[in-house]
Amino acid sequence: MARAVSTQRKIGFTVLAWFLALLIFFPILWTVLTSFKSEAEAIASPPTLIPNWTLENYFEVQARSDYFRHFGNSVIISVGSTLLALLIAVPAAWSMAFAPAKRTKDILMWMLSTKMMPAVGVLVPIYLIFRDAGLLDNVWGLTVILMLINLPIVVWMLYTYFKEIPVDILEAARMDGAILWKEIVYVLVPMAVPGIASTLLLNIILAWNEAFWTLNLTAARAAPLTAFIASYSSPEGLFWAKLSAASTLAIAPILLLGWFSQKQLVRGLTFGAVK
Amino acid sequence: MGSITLDHVNKTFGGHQVIPDISLSIEDGEFVVFVGPSGCGKSTLLRLIAGLEDTTSGTIRLDGVDMTDSPPAKRQLSMVFQSYALYPHMSVYDNIAFPLKMASMDKATADAKVRDAARILNLTDYLDRKPRQLSGGQRQRVAIGRAIVRQPKAFLFDEPLSNLDAALRVNMRLEITELHQQLQTTMIYVTHDQVEAMTMADRIVVLNAGRVEQFGSPLELYRHPANRFVAGFIGSPKMNFIEGPEAAKHDAYAIGVRPEHFSMSRTEGTWKGKVGVAEHLGSDTFLHVQVEGLGLLTVRAPGEHTFEHGDDIYLTPEPDRIYRFDRDGQAIP
Repeated sequence: MARAVSTQRKIGFTVLAWFLALLIFFPILWTVLTSFKSEAEAIASPPTLIPNWTLENYFEVQARSDYFRHFGNSVIISVGSTLLALLIAVPAAWSMAFAPAKRTKDILMWMLSTKMMPAVGVLVPIYLIFRDAGLLDNVWGLTVILMLINLPIVVWMLYTYFKEIPVDILEAARMDGAILWKEIVYVLVPMAVPGIASTLLLNIILAWNEAFWTLNLTAARAAPLTAFIASYSSPEGLFWAKLSAASTLAIAPILLLGWFSQKQLVRGLTFGAVK
Repeated sequence: MGSITLDHVNKTFGGHQVIPDISLSIEDGEFVVFVGPSGCGKSTLLRLIAGLEDTTSGTIRLDGVDMTDSPPAKRQLSMVFQSYALYPHMSVYDNIAFPLKMASMDKATADAKVRDAARILNLTDYLDRKPRQLSGGQRQRVAIGRAIVRQPKAFLFDEPLSNLDAALRVNMRLEITELHQQLQTTMIYVTHDQVEAMTMADRIVVLNAGRVEQFGSPLELYRHPANRFVAGFIGSPKMNFIEGPEAAKHDAYAIGVRPEHFSMSRTEGTWKGKVGVAEHLGSDTFLHVQVEGLGLLTVRAPGEHTFEHGDDIYLTPEPDRIYRFDRDGQAIP
């Protein structure tokens, strides 16, 4: 009897889970489907579920706004800002986790609090600084700004992972003659690889999707994929099929990255768990 | 060479004085044990010598050179941690080779040294394994291998055996003592276990609340404890302390008699009592005797004795083995 009830509950939960997953996934699915429709089909009412499978939108999008250049900018900005952030955050998180001072907790909270401020509040000063420094519409300027924006999260995540590492092992390295950078490179970083990998991935995704600064500080040369999508929303009216094709192209790389590194991450995490 | 001198070393943690003021001189090649109850500052003292903690004031000299402000990496000391602190991502070989890699030693020389250390410690068959694939005793050996491989000025051991089971502990105790005989390098060994201290040390530092209560050879501490704390801490089972009129007869505030310094009789003696619990160890038996007016005394009897629970017993302390203490706990010579 009890078994029958639990089976029923199981079916109920499975249906609910599928329903929620499809509900959340539906906009993405619809975007992908629409990208393969003609413009007329895309605005047809009632909408068609299965498109006529045309690739014309993709060719037009590439011809009109050079997808690969934007893609290249997105890669430079997201990967570059992440690597730069790690370079700064690893030593910072080391000192906070292993050599904390009286106010370390306060500094961590203060860093996080900067994420609570609306970005638009500092748009004007940063815009002016960028203009005077000649960094407007420049991928390196954008890389630096995205690094600064995500730095608090990177420091926090690494700090949390580093706290898990027994300080004895780092002290052993010091006794074995390791100076600071060797201690970090040979002992701390290899032990924190699963944590660093997940931080890296999350930060690349955040930087890839960041729209506020990428839209406001770029025009053409340095524009990443966010600006590429935005350019398809124009006052002359929306071209749904082309906009969908552009969106699909913009999210595809990060979706693939997430899909493949998810497996890597799970392996990394279970490795840590059975250690 | 590896002499270590502490001169008025003082350590304060956030207003709390852990080490008030310690001066010590450890000779080259000596095996010195820091012993004391938990929280007495023995590990802190070791970490000050290692350079893992900064001194608040005072100087630490290695071979006469002031090293007070040098980082651990520059002190040429090796340390074995209670938790072993092996590098989990490296093989046994790489763990032992790590100090040599840090010293930028060439590969061939380093290889010879690692294999030599592994041979001494019976680790040759395990060089390719990761630390998590080893037993506790093997891990401890790897930690020791990592310490001996680069011939440091001194070895520092921080309660290295407390995570091992009792049988293995006795084994490793012998191995470490044997290692000291072979290498003749200065060793400082921290433990809360007075048996480890007595069996391994050339000289023992007894610490209590950050102060050095006494510094001397094991037998010196056993025969001539400087105060009641040392008298009670060294020796197992503990020394019996008696206060009041019985002590006053010896012109002391308190007297102490070790369990092994009593003679027993059924008919006559100084103190009369009743036998309580008997702990049989085979070779010896520890009798807990309730003595009228004095309380519970522990007495060491031969393994095969005839006293039963509830029997009357007369105890007589050996007259030249009665320790006398004043009101402050200091020994009266």
